[in-house]
Amino acid sequence: MKFIDEYRDAEIVEIISKRLSRFRDLDISLMEVCGGHTMAIHRFGIPSLLAKGIKLISGPGCPVCVSSISFIDKAILCSGIDNVIITTYGDLIRVPGSKSSLENEKSKGADIRIVYSTLEALRIAQANRDKKVVFLGIGFETTAPASAVAIQKAFEENISNFYLLSAHKIMPPVMEALLNDKVRIDGFICPGHVSAITGSRIYNFIPEKYRIACVVTGFEPMDLMQSIEMLVNQVVDRSPKVQIQYSRAVTMEGNTKAQAIMNEIFETRNDYWRGIGEIPNSGLRLKNKYKNYDAELIFDIKVDVENENSACICGDILRGLKTPKDCKLFNKVCSPSNPIGACMVSSEGACAAYYKYGSYE
Amino acid sequence: MNELITLNHGGGGKASQDLIKNIFIKSFGDPRSILSDSAILKIDSNKIACTTDSFVIDPIFFPGGDIGKLAVCGTVNDLAVSGAVPKYLTVSFILEEGLPIKDLKRIVESISVQAKLANIKIVAGDTKVVNNGKCDKIFINTTGIGIFENDYTYIGSGEKVSVGDKLLVNGTIGDHSIAVLGARNELDFKTDIQSDCACLNELIQSVLKAGKRVKFMRDVTRGGLATVLNELVGIVNLGLELEEKEIPVKESVRGLCEVLGFDPLYLANEGKVLMVVHPDDAEGVIEILNKNLLGIESRIIGEVVSDHPGMVIGKTEIGGKRIINMLQGEQLPRIC
Repeated sequence: MKFIDEYRDAEIVEIISKRLSRFRDLDISLMEVCGGHTMAIHRFGIPSLLAKGIKLISGPGCPVCVSSISFIDKAILCSGIDNVIITTYGDLIRVPGSKSSLENEKSKGADIRIVYSTLEALRIAQANRDKKVVFLGIGFETTAPASAVAIQKAFEENISNFYLLSAHKIMPPVMEALLNDKVRIDGFICPGHVSAITGSRIYNFIPEKYRIACVVTGFEPMDLMQSIEMLVNQVVDRSPKVQIQYSRAVTMEGNTKAQAIMNEIFETRNDYWRGIGEIPNSGLRLKNKYKNYDAELIFDIKVDVENENSACICGDILRGLKTPKDCKLFNKVCSPSNPIGACMVSSEGACAAYYKYGSYE
Repeated sequence: MNELITLNHGGGGKASQDLIKNIFIKSFGDPRSILSDSAILKIDSNKIACTTDSFVIDPIFFPGGDIGKLAVCGTVNDLAVSGAVPKYLTVSFILEEGLPIKDLKRIVESISVQAKLANIKIVAGDTKVVNNGKCDKIFINTTGIGIFENDYTYIGSGEKVSVGDKLLVNGTIGDHSIAVLGARNELDFKTDIQSDCACLNELIQSVLKAGKRVKFMRDVTRGGLATVLNELVGIVNLGLELEEKEIPVKESVRGLCEVLGFDPLYLANEGKVLMVVHPDDAEGVIEILNKNLLGIESRIIGEVVSDHPGMVIGKTEIGGKRIINMLQGEQLPRIC
């Protein structure tokens, strides 16, 4: 397939893999902070192609995984209100809240619909004027612009029965939080799609302030292998900087149009990350001008604070301190068909990726 | 918290299997029995194959087929992969009040055509009508009876599978899922992909009649190729190694999988069979399959190995290795 096969060339991957083999005696930890990367790494068996000294750890890159239990609980409360239709991306359906999941509520009769875009959710609102349609907004700088567009359209076209329950988050604050934590990271495999929106400059503080390597990376095996080599070279040469490997999609400036609409609709707030805790200015909520579309303000959905399974180590996994294999629950009580922690729920979660693809070496 | 039936229980993956094991087998069956596509019934010294299936697809008409064609093919294929020759079929309808008669006619005509093509005789049927909203347009149940011309009963049990055997598939995977998804109009994409829905009995019989050593067969439906392969390792306790780049996938299906975040190995098919064949016969089987329209893209996709028993390992297209597990939950598009 054009524009795919070129990036899946087994011979070139092998050449890079051989070049990397000389680093087998080093001890380098690289963290990916994008669920798409976690998936691709395991789908293509990248760890089986890396020298022993190069370790990949999965950070908080899966939006479903980092969404707090209280967000799911709020969504469930919303789904129980008369005449409310919940619209959501599919992955959220099975995420366990403190007592139930949206999937369970749906089987009990709540009107919960999986959509593939925010505009589809908006169309449902237009077609059901007598109902209140709540869209569950999750994701980073990649999906936030789509939510922003829907809110803007609802505002302009006066669609008054559409609401956003926002768990949107942004990347740089959590990366900084990890660097201030006890996690050992030598380099970041920086997210590709997030960076296409934000530009690569949002990572500049990382080499400048923390002397940590950054490479913005694409999602094909050659992208990943090339980026890993670029990161290792930065670490070995002790010359941390922000490099763009994924130059076919990412610039330093990013997509200024998408940035503008995000700035118009959203403002930052302190937000809770599952397993990590509260991080200042890491979440997005609707600005005052759009408060009539904010599900949190419109509906009575106050919930208790976090209440996580104490044996679940999703938090440590999301911070890269542990791998799914370290978890007592992994593949025993916790599996994709019965997820306990959030990392098992989304196909992009570290535990689900480990479960599905493993690292067979 | 999982005390209710969720859609996941119908996905054909692990949750479906757990449901069968923990609810149905517990009450109906022998927990040691192998769950194959057809039951083998002994009447005096004769063995017959029996299978039953229900069809609830949405939409009822889709590119490459409809619920009627699907109902015949699904049951015929379950018999055929057991090594049986399909003979008799029963068809039961649950109809929703308000279903246009012309839709029903079209479906019944489709059933009739497929049954003739597959040389299976419709011998009994039933009709129920339920209130509007109590079922979705039409549900169909079919039961099929087949006979064995030779003693192929080992094909369903997999007892003859051994190290070195080759894994074969008769064409591109994932077409059915993508065609149905496209027909649902939820994704805002249009495709020209047709469902692979087809009766495979003639194709399969042509291989068996040539005397080729087919040791195991299963039709690749819900849960996809990955799930069938995992069912196989569960039965034989050997390992499987897949050459992922050999697995045929249409370019357009691959493209949509990339966009939607699907893995073709987990997509449903309705006209595909996985065969496990003696290594010396594998090329010969491919030649025979190639002669039939339903097998022109047949490929050897891997082999049975002694390493990692109970595990399916895929050699990825770039030379890495990964574990291929059974489908867990429905495949859902990526969100970031």
